[in-house]
Amino acid sequence: MAQAHDHNDHAHDAHGHDGHHGPDQGIMRWIKTTNHKDLGTLYLFFSFTMFFIGGLMSLVIRAELFHPGLQFVDPEFFNQMTTMHALVMIFGGVMPGFVGLANWMVPMMIGASDLALPRVNNWGFWILPFAFSMLISTLFMDGGAPAGGWTMYPPLVLQTGNAFPFLIFAVHLMGISSITGAINVVVTILNMRAPGMTLLKMPLFVWTWLITAYLLIAVMPVLAGAVTMLLTDKYFHTSFFTASGGGDPVMFQHIFWFFGHPEVYIMILPAFGIVSTIIPTFARKALFGYDSMVYATASIAFLSFIVWAHHMFTVGMPLTGELFFMFATMLIAVPTGVKVFNWVATMWKGSMTFETPMLFALGFVFLFSIGGFSGLMLAITPVDFQYHDTYFVVAHFHYVLVPGAVFSIIAAVYYWIPKWTGRMYNEAAGKWHFWLSAVFINLTFFPQHFAGLAGMQRRVPDYAVQFTDWNVMSTVGAFGFFVAQFIFVFNMLASCFGWFGRTQGLPDRVWEGAHGLEWTVASPAPYHTFEDPPQVGGDVLTAVHDESDALDHHKLV
Amino acid sequence: MSRHGWLGGWLARLGAATGLALASLAASAYTETSGGYNVPTGVTEISREVHGLHMAIFWVCVAIAVVVFGAMIWSIIFHRRSKHPKPADFHESTTVEIIWTSLPFVILIAIAVPAAATLIKMEDTRNADLSIKVTGYQWKWHYDYLGEDVAYFSTLTREINAARQLKSGIDPNSVPNYLVDVDNPLVVPVGKKVRFLVTSNDVIHAWWVPEIAVKKDAIPGYVNEIWTRIEQPGTYRGVCAELCGRDHGYMPIVVKALPEAEFIAWLAKAKGGEVAAAAPATTTTTDVPADAAPTATPAAQEVAAAAAPAAAAPSKDELMKQGENVYKAQCMACHQANGAGLPPNFPALAGSKVANGPAQDHVLQVVKGKPGGGGMMPPFAQLSDADVAAVVTYERASWGNSGSVVLPADVTAARK
Amino acid sequence: MGSPAAHNAQRYFVPAPSAWPFMLTAGLVALVVGVAGYLEHSQLTPALIWPGFLLAIVIIFLWFRGVARESETGQYGAQVDRTYRWGMSWFIFSEVMFFGAFFGALFYARGLSLPWLGGEGAKLATHVTLWPGFESVWPSNGPANLGGEFKTIPAFDVPLLNTIILLTSGFTITMAHHALKAGKRGVCILWMWATVALGASFLYFQAEEYIHAYHELNLTLGSGIYGSTFFMLTGFHGMHVTLGTLMLFVITLRLMAGHFKPESHFGFEGVAWYWHFVDVVWLGLFVVVYWL
Ligand code: HEA
Ligand code: HEA
Ligand code: CUA
Ligand SMILES: [Cu+2]
Repeated sequence: MAQAHDHNDHAHDAHGHDGHHGPDQGIMRWIKTTNHKDLGTLYLFFSFTMFFIGGLMSLVIRAELFHPGLQFVDPEFFNQMTTMHALVMIFGGVMPGFVGLANWMVPMMIGASDLALPRVNNWGFWILPFAFSMLISTLFMDGGAPAGGWTMYPPLVLQTGNAFPFLIFAVHLMGISSITGAINVVVTILNMRAPGMTLLKMPLFVWTWLITAYLLIAVMPVLAGAVTMLLTDKYFHTSFFTASGGGDPVMFQHIFWFFGHPEVYIMILPAFGIVSTIIPTFARKALFGYDSMVYATASIAFLSFIVWAHHMFTVGMPLTGELFFMFATMLIAVPTGVKVFNWVATMWKGSMTFETPMLFALGFVFLFSIGGFSGLMLAITPVDFQYHDTYFVVAHFHYVLVPGAVFSIIAAVYYWIPKWTGRMYNEAAGKWHFWLSAVFINLTFFPQHFAGLAGMQRRVPDYAVQFTDWNVMSTVGAFGFFVAQFIFVFNMLASCFGWFGRTQGLPDRVWEGAHGLEWTVASPAPYHTFEDPPQVGGDVLTAVHDESDALDHHKLV
Repeated sequence: MSRHGWLGGWLARLGAATGLALASLAASAYTETSGGYNVPTGVTEISREVHGLHMAIFWVCVAIAVVVFGAMIWSIIFHRRSKHPKPADFHESTTVEIIWTSLPFVILIAIAVPAAATLIKMEDTRNADLSIKVTGYQWKWHYDYLGEDVAYFSTLTREINAARQLKSGIDPNSVPNYLVDVDNPLVVPVGKKVRFLVTSNDVIHAWWVPEIAVKKDAIPGYVNEIWTRIEQPGTYRGVCAELCGRDHGYMPIVVKALPEAEFIAWLAKAKGGEVAAAAPATTTTTDVPADAAPTATPAAQEVAAAAAPAAAAPSKDELMKQGENVYKAQCMACHQANGAGLPPNFPALAGSKVANGPAQDHVLQVVKGKPGGGGMMPPFAQLSDADVAAVVTYERASWGNSGSVVLPADVTAARK
Repeated sequence: MGSPAAHNAQRYFVPAPSAWPFMLTAGLVALVVGVAGYLEHSQLTPALIWPGFLLAIVIIFLWFRGVARESETGQYGAQVDRTYRWGMSWFIFSEVMFFGAFFGALFYARGLSLPWLGGEGAKLATHVTLWPGFESVWPSNGPANLGGEFKTIPAFDVPLLNTIILLTSGFTITMAHHALKAGKRGVCILWMWATVALGASFLYFQAEEYIHAYHELNLTLGSGIYGSTFFMLTGFHGMHVTLGTLMLFVITLRLMAGHFKPESHFGFEGVAWYWHFVDVVWLGLFVVVYWL
């Protein structure tokens, strides 16, 4: 993230030295950049900001739920918070976070000089700040922000006030951004691998992103179609989702979840890739079952297209439908299991150390699995009739999303930030961050299982008094977790801007156990890497620095 | 390689532990009632089967977790560098891959079979003894005993409705059955197969009663079928489980299961109009004409009583007083205490066309609602003529509206 | 400062920093904010529609012209060419999925929701209690007969004509491609004009159809699920034809300006692919929307 710094200096003395156009100066650098590292940095800062806005919204939710009775907000506003929280976290936090990591790492991991379509890459990023300003501005409109849940079910969502078209167009814009970003990643991976970097030599992060990008290209357009139909139903008298015209409100749910379920895997596959990269490094042992990892990822992606209706067990599908979607959904446990088992086998008889990235990766394996187990329980249709739309579901998906997706992003940032900035983060602070996060996230979401099983439904600002205990714990945990994140903020900004000034002498290979091309370039990585493709031979990865990279090397380290 | 060994490692864990301790302390300090933590076993054969499945799959997951996490913890302890400096170099084995692909598969099939069996039973709604049409409204339920001409609305009780308002100052713990009690519960016989035809008048709702393991979405324009056969008499509480807008959290469900004889007696009475009579378990038990019952306010009874003998029309003050009660209970949530509403979804009544236009239209708007499209105004047909007259008068005379008195007689007329 | 390619022909072309993407976004956002405001009868934002639209158009023009120049000045190697091929293929795939959503809606309505409303399958109670007397036939505007009685457009009339037009245009563009590869630029340009003309005439007939539908047949967006799916599918297809025709037009001008070489001309091929995609979608439409 310190490209901001290093590269301004770099650009200064880099004037006229061959093979480089230095970036523009000041703000224009960020607006006009076509550099995958700059854009990665932008994506990550954006994601970071959204995470905190979404986090604040979740605190409004938790504050209101701290006690039974309505203390702080009007029910309508509460629903707006729930809806916006989810949209901001998913489309503004997790997805751009992963895209940022892909921007930074995919080219460096496959020995490419940049993403395949750098200008499109810039476009994909700059859509996001606009789209989210639009979305968030709806909070101040007549009738307030959308309050129909992030799932936008009609007819309820059609009761949204002036915010409605802004919601729809914001979703369209996010779609454009994701699709362009995904196309960029796919093309880069398929077309720009260094000689010798065969598909089955690619790091798993690259593999999982390849498949994620494929999912994105396949389902984002479907979401665009779905919300377009909402738009025409509201303003142009169509009746896709109205029975009296021959349509069906449930039809929207089918189309939405055809997007929505793959979407949830879009939010976890890159995480799998990150964990599969970090664990071998700190276990000092090659990833167990590389090939099976690849096949497992592929089968998860495939299955994710035929399980969508497990979100709709209660809408009154025909029995055969319910049975099919139950079986298909349960199947997903198998390839996911393969992954978990492979991670354990990688640690087995390794020689482990527990730096912060490793801690978050291990936390991921434990807590994601817990979320996975509850997912499996949800898949059992007759029992889902009891779970559906309760806090048991909320607990499930926060386990896979927060200590799942979010932990993996945090782990990745700790893991690669020395490579990005040339400065090690503060290990002690990192450990504090992990242990506090781990404790509080469980305090936040574990009790929600019980609240849900005991009968507390989702999306309510108030509840029957017997759920008080669970909600008190959950709220306390939420505030604790949020506060704990500031350690992280501080730690990251510190290494971005060198507050501890530890710039000197980070080796290219920052982690002794690390493998892969990104560890063959200088730390911090020069502004341009692998302009001339490296040679990738056998299992040994050797990079041919061109002399200008060597120059950077001297300048920056 | 713990660069900051003690500071980073142990102290951090210590800190986290204290964090947890403090947190749980804070938590325990605030805990009040201690409620359930699991899916209820319930009072039907199905609900017991569902509970059984739930526990079974739960223990399966626990077992797997023990194995997987056990292995992880083991290697975290014994395969750390300090204990195991030299990593092994194996990194694949087709045999184990095959094992841990097929083993989970088998386990899953073992779960899927009984699950499917239960599901098939749940979906078999044939030859029911009694059919009840359940219709969701924003935000109340309507029950219609098909073929029995008994039909009525079921809404949150007024006590709870008062307590649940923002900053009401009423402690929820002081209100019995906070958020899960209604004026008119659904009354069903035990031991009979009751079929529910679930649908909705506006947006999607979901009719959920945990104790009988019934949750079905209420889809506008479509009817979903579900059934139950309750074994023990009693009162079973549930909620609307699908986000349906502002007051999604405030449309509870109460099912009263009566022994068959009592049920038949109730049904007879209900045909005579005394729906609420069958609701001893709930907080508002009043014996007033059916049309007044659902929201029977003390005031309503006075008026009804007053109106009865000499058909003496209530005075404007009476109407205003009673109207305010009805308004608080029925209308305030959306149109707000000051009549300003929450535009655009919930229009203002202060200075509104309807509230200052012809009384006739105003009355009909209240009784019939303003359905369709973005229109969210639900019908309040269940209000007694007296209540409608009162609330309309109140709305027309408050917040600087021009004001004209509407009498119960006018409403009776308008309804025809 | 030039691009890396200026220094080493082998290197992948990484464009210099550019303000186009940002400005394109600005334009798009102004446009949609304008439209959103318009839909909600807001006073202010509709003013943004045209400026936003124009900005977007101008930038798109500049951007593509820039790309054309980079390509013509030989800054793209074979690898960049492959990038564009992959990129275009995946873009078209995403378009296919977009149409998929609307085809899905059509199949759902015809296969599930209408039969249910008509009392078939699992939802008998729906029919009996809510929509007695409605029987499910296709075309349908639903049990409430939304939008009133309407007639549909017979498949083997103008739609057939349009099918023939599009198929022919697929042929003419292929001929143009062969000509280009054979270095016969003149012939190629002629075939291209033919293709453009066919595209334009398709649009003309489509417009006629819509006017006819609205005025004589009372077939509108409001005609229940039939009107919804009909106009949504044909409408979005029409937009794609419009875009495609524009692209063909531009390519033709570029050919006349001497762009493209017999051995490398992806700009041309990309548009051809897109045109074929539009073509195939239409065949799908013709069968499931007009015919069956
Ligand atoms: C990152 C996101 C993510 C991930 C990875 C998952 C993973 C899974 N999810 Fe989840 N899910 C969500 C995000 C996610 N989910 C969200 C956001 C919602 C709510 C949406 C909304 O309504 O707002 C949701 C809701 C949801 C529902 C609907 C609940 C309801 O509304 O009633 C269901 C039902 O089947 C479900 C199932 C599953 C299953 C089976 C998996 C599986 O992939 C899990 C597989 C993993 C494991 C099983 C653990 C590891 C495996 C082993 C150790 C092997 C051995 C194990 C066994 C054999 C049991 N999810
Ligand atoms: C990725 C998605 C995501 C994330 C991260 C979260 C995070 C949190 N969520 Fe949320 N939530 C959802 C997705 C998510 N949630 C969804 C989909 C719903 C359903 C909405 C609906 O019903 O429609 C929901 C609903 C939901 C509810 C139920 C509301 C209701 O039903 O009415 C609650 C209640 O407690 C809740 C709480 C929280 C809390 C306390 C957190 C806390 O974890 C927040 C604290 C987190 C942070 C402060 C971010 C920290 C991250 C970083 C520091 C990473 C740094 C990043 C970089 C370096 C790039 N969430
Ligand atoms: Cu009705 Cu929620
Ligand atoms: Cu899912």
